[in-house]
Parts: sequence; structure tokens; C-alpha cells
Amino acid sequence: MIKITEKPIDIQKVIDATSSLGAGAVNVFIGTVRNTAHGKNVVWLEYECYESMAVAEIRKIMDEAAHRWPLLGAAVSHRVGTLKPGEVSVAIAVSAPHRKDSFEACQFIIDTLKVKVPIWKKEIFEDGEEWISAQPNMEKSYN
Amino acid sequence: MKCVVKAFGISREMVGQREVVMELENGCTAGRLKASLYARYPRLQNLRSLFIAVNGRYADDGQPIAEGDEIALIPPVSGG
Repeated sequence: MIKITEKPIDIQKVIDATSSLGAGAVNVFIGTVRNTAHGKNVVWLEYECYESMAVAEIRKIMDEAAHRWPLLGAAVSHRVGTLKPGEVSVAIAVSAPHRKDSFEACQFIIDTLKVKVPIWKKEIFEDGEEWISAQPNMEKSYN
Repeated sequence: MKCVVKAFGISREMVGQREVVMELENGCTAGRLKASLYARYPRLQNLRSLFIAVNGRYADDGQPIAEGDEIALIPPVSGG
């Protein structure tokens, strides 16, 4: 299951999508919005996505994970739009016969997602805003 | 040929719109398109990285661009 959604993520659905009687482990990663960045308060985040390519890139990552570990199921749900601190931005579940494989594959999926998948977030502070990781010299747009 | 380039994230703000239309020579490549975009929108050069996607896939500089291809600017990603 791969889902890009503007609505709150239903974590149970992500887990259920990986269910298998052969599974001895389901590993779940939940990414949440942190309330501070660079020592400042984050008011909210704006997530933007190139959806067709994002789905294709997530598919490639899941295929690669299934090739490297003996998985029984994998699911990724990523939220886009406006998110406040504490909200869930991404949920990933991986099922496997044994826990080690499920831990490793789940970490591989989130780590690779963060460098490959065309999703962007902008932090909105009380006094300005900034696209994450975009510029080496932090060309800021503070008001 | 005319080519519509989708822009996302900070690159969308740098070019000032969601899509820009570029006039390309026949036989244009992703690398040459990127050079033309840098010339027209110099702020794009400040980005930590900038990839061109052709039909939803990351393209090498040498990848040819054909009429009707879906082209997008991919600034540094930050999902998760």
C-alpha cells in the first residue's frame, strides 16, 4: 500500500495492510512534526508533493526493500498539506517472519524516502519561513 | 519545441509559478534545459541540488527531452 493524503493518517490501516499469518514481526515507523527547529518555535509545516513521481519512487524503494530482506508486507502513507506540531507526517509498516529484517527494512525505507522521494516541507516560524535543506547559505525569507 | 516545466517547493517560489514554458531546440537534453533555467532564473543556482525529472524519473544530464515529455524541477527533497 502506498498512499499520499491530505487527511490525517490512519496508522492502524497502514499496519493492517502488511498483515500476514507468516509474520513474526511488524515494524512501524511514525514520523511526527517537531515543535522546534534551529532553536525556534515551529508554528506549522507545509508539505508539498509531486504525487505521481512520489508514488513511483516509493514503489521503487519498497521493491528494493523486498529484494534485500524477506518481507511479507510493506506499506507507506505520507501526509501532505498543512501539519501542526504533534501530527503524524508519515507512517511506514513492514512485516517479516523475524524482527531483525523488519527493523532493518523499515529503517531503509524511511532513510531512502527522505533522500529520494519528491516531497518538500517548509517550516513556518513565528517570524518567517524556510524550505528544509534547500540552500547551503540559508537564503531566508524572514519578514 | 515548447516544453512545460513543473516547479515544486522552493524552486516553485524561485521561478514564481507552478509551471514555466521553455522554448527548447530539438535534441535538447536535461542538462541543457537545466543550464537554460539557470540563465533565466539565476536564483536556482543557490540551491543545494537541482534535479530534472523526465516523465516522473530522475534524469541524467545527457537524457534527451522529447516533445510532450512531462518535465519537473526537483529541488532538495525533505519528506518524512
